[in-house]
Amino acid sequence: MTSTARNNILQRLRSAPQGKPPLAPDVHGFYATARNAAPAEDRAARIERFCEKMAFWRGEVVRVTHSNWAESLRALCVAKNVNSLLYGAQTAQAAALEAAGINGLKPYDRPVDDWKPELFRDTDAGFTSTRGGITETGTLILWPDEKEPRLMSLVPPIHFALLDASQLYDNFFDAMTGQGWSGDEASAGISKMPTNALLISGPSKTADIQVTLAYGAHGPKELVILLVVNEEEL
Amino acid sequence: MSAHENSQPLKFIPASEFKQRTSEAVSDELLRKSFRGAMDFLMAKRATQFPDPVALEAQRGLAEHIRKYSLAHLPDLLEQLERNLTANGIQVHWAENAEQANAIIVGIAQKHSAKLMVKGKSMVSEETELNHAMEAVGIEALESDMGEYIVQLDGEKPSHIIMPAIHKTKQQIAKLFAEKVPGASYTESVDELIGIGRAVLREKFMTAEIGLSGVNFAVAETGTLCLVENEGNGRMCTTVPKVHVAITGIEKIVEKLEHVPPLFGLLTRSATGQAVTTYFNMISRPRQPGEKDGPQEVHLVLLDNGRTQAYNDEQMRSTLQCIRCGACMNHCPVYTRVGGHAYGTTYPGPIGEIISPHMMGLAATHALPTASSLCGACSEVCPVKIPIPDLLIRLRGEASHDARPGHAPLVGQGAAKSALMDIVWAGWAALYTRPALYRAFGWLATRFRFLTPPMQSGWTYSRTPLKPAARSLRDLLAERKRK
Amino acid sequence: MQRDTPSGQRPKDVYFFATCLVDLFCPEAGMDAITLIEREGVTVHFPENQTCCGQPAYTSGYADEARAVALAQMRLFENDWPVVVPSGSCAGMMRHHYPKLFAEDPILKAKAEALAERVFELSEFLLNVLKVQWKDSGKPATVTLHTSCAARREMGTHVHARALLAQLPGVNVVTQSHEAECCGFGGTFSLKHPSISSAMAGDKADALKETGAEAFISADCGCMLNINHTLQKRGDAFQGKHLATFLCERLAAKGEKA
Repeated sequence: MTSTARNNILQRLRSAPQGKPPLAPDVHGFYATARNAAPAEDRAARIERFCEKMAFWRGEVVRVTHSNWAESLRALCVAKNVNSLLYGAQTAQAAALEAAGINGLKPYDRPVDDWKPELFRDTDAGFTSTRGGITETGTLILWPDEKEPRLMSLVPPIHFALLDASQLYDNFFDAMTGQGWSGDEASAGISKMPTNALLISGPSKTADIQVTLAYGAHGPKELVILLVVNEEEL
Repeated sequence: MSAHENSQPLKFIPASEFKQRTSEAVSDELLRKSFRGAMDFLMAKRATQFPDPVALEAQRGLAEHIRKYSLAHLPDLLEQLERNLTANGIQVHWAENAEQANAIIVGIAQKHSAKLMVKGKSMVSEETELNHAMEAVGIEALESDMGEYIVQLDGEKPSHIIMPAIHKTKQQIAKLFAEKVPGASYTESVDELIGIGRAVLREKFMTAEIGLSGVNFAVAETGTLCLVENEGNGRMCTTVPKVHVAITGIEKIVEKLEHVPPLFGLLTRSATGQAVTTYFNMISRPRQPGEKDGPQEVHLVLLDNGRTQAYNDEQMRSTLQCIRCGACMNHCPVYTRVGGHAYGTTYPGPIGEIISPHMMGLAATHALPTASSLCGACSEVCPVKIPIPDLLIRLRGEASHDARPGHAPLVGQGAAKSALMDIVWAGWAALYTRPALYRAFGWLATRFRFLTPPMQSGWTYSRTPLKPAARSLRDLLAERKRK
Repeated sequence: MQRDTPSGQRPKDVYFFATCLVDLFCPEAGMDAITLIEREGVTVHFPENQTCCGQPAYTSGYADEARAVALAQMRLFENDWPVVVPSGSCAGMMRHHYPKLFAEDPILKAKAEALAERVFELSEFLLNVLKVQWKDSGKPATVTLHTSCAARREMGTHVHARALLAQLPGVNVVTQSHEAECCGFGGTFSLKHPSISSAMAGDKADALKETGAEAFISADCGCMLNINHTLQKRGDAFQGKHLATFLCERLAAKGEKA
């Protein structure tokens, strides 16, 4: 059925009249023009703008350093009454997390199918790293993987995310081209897209009842960003 | 015998019924107030996102270009998408119509002995009426978008493509939850109402064997399905169950990943006046070895359902540029007055008026393109610059005439043909192409203005009768010349 | 949207295309429009054989009938003079839709495009081509402006009309809520969907009246009739005036040549 359907659909599309096809859109040129039109932002302004935009989405930004972020996270967990914090035990951050003395550290170390009820009902918070952030919209970039599974940033009511301020991009386009998401000539155009890539801007929300905003629709009710900055930027 | 066997009417809506529904809708004060308030809110929010009209024009120009480019290469891009998705481990299915699409999804569900399917927001699955097909074989299909969940609880359909429950007040929802959700007590607090929905649906995400979603953009070069949402239910549906089925229209495709940011930026800003949604979810593979969550199987169903009919005509093809932001309905004075349900179609408002005839045939839908004053508010805000009024006029013509020579007839071509109207317009043209006749008519109309009928069809419904002036402009000019 | 004549020169002669609605239903507005042009020292020519721009058939999907009527009008404007139209939607029809109507006939399409270039909506013509400079001679007045959708979106009339009214210090222009929203006329739409159209007309009448203005001004006869007759049915004395009539009154220019 589906192959007949496929052939019929493609045949109908191919037999449709075609005028002169438009040239490929110049997306790079569009963003280059926009970039040239706006005054260049320095690091401090970029950080400032990211924090402001993230605050607009009700993301809580806490400035930390390379050396104290785990301690800050521990303090936040105490303040927010977090008794179980999901983390990736194989990640680069694991050692620091384990050393910080955080209450109820819980590694995501088995397939979700084995422990769904516990994940959904008995996990207060999740901690993940990020691949960067976007200043224009106040957005985190996450590429979950086997070390940091997808549901860590979705199921627990609080999501803590670690973001390095040196990984801030102006916009989505700059982030995907800057990080070479869709591959390049060198890699023979092979896509580097992971199983799942995510942009996250604030905690889960809805305005489906009388356009009134409510947070924590299905995902986290709180999003806390640990923004790693230099000592003097604290 | 229809020209396109893929375009079968899903639901027959006689033109007369459309008129009756709209006149009921405009006299429903509460409904009018709900929609006016909500549309005002959405219009104001959108406006704050586009303070610079020049920049907006540049963005719309680029977005239109990307969509036109994608459509010009549509068959190639579909094949490229299929190749890359398959290489990534995602199974691709093709469906010419709603029935085929539903059969594919039912088949997948049955293979996995599924009892429950949780659904993220998908207008295409509304289009195919998938829930009924699933229920017919004993599989529960549960909507998990809060708005969709609410309307499903009440046995309704969405009244807006972005805000499905926009027609309901919180009091109505409070009552609905108290009656239908076990253990829920009456509350008008929106936070508490959302909390009730959250608690119910989280249990369902855990137990469902299948998750369904729509697709906002399918990227051919990387084999990636992009989903836009605020709530997180889309992520739940595409991550927790062991099978994920995505369904989309064949037109929702772009060639390159870099084509996504301009469209995504305009989509959310045009829709709800948000610079970005909470989540933008890009899915390229099922769960890989070593990964601990995500579905083990991912399927994509590509649906035609009349889209190739629109594609077959270069003017009507622009209908397929749509990225489903809903801005046209938010800004439509007709939609604001009658609400989404009055249309009786999956897609209401201006976009619904131009796409439904391809999906359901003109016999069922010919009244829709006439339900517009052609004010142009829709095309003014359309982020991909679909010339909606021109397409409405075109469809009015197709509904009231046979196909032009050399053009394939549309499904339901000429469904509104009327010998009387043909005579009226032929008479009109005869009068207005013969100046002497027109002058005589003008002379009579002004001199015998007392004979003007007091009841003038729809006009006098709420207006005093129109009466020609005592003297026409040409009479006055002639008089002035004599003086 | 600022256009001048193709030559950029101030014309000595213009054609006046009255439109069928003005001819039969609002002839005074037509006379006033002519007066406004003449007082700037421009000769107004009224082709006797003009009828209708063809819009009603065009928007109803009767393209052949619209083409026949449009063609009859296109033959009327032999000289290279501007064509001034006291209606935004009819001007929009001639300027934007004639070329589409004749898209399949290269000769007629070129003709339609050439005509489109010299079609002007009245307020646009007064402001941008004649570049009028006026002295207000009326008493202080508060009015509100309603611009037809075609005028607004195809011809930019809301900008032009506002600029003209701004030349009159005695005139205070107040803005209605939902200013850009359609009044519900839409030609045959008002006949085909009377309940929706009436709901829109009623809301528009409310919005205009709520401004507290003494009258509303419109440069489109269709909208004006729609709203005025709605108000009349309610027994409301609040009424709209054609922009040309209002301007003539302010300039005390009735029947006078500058």
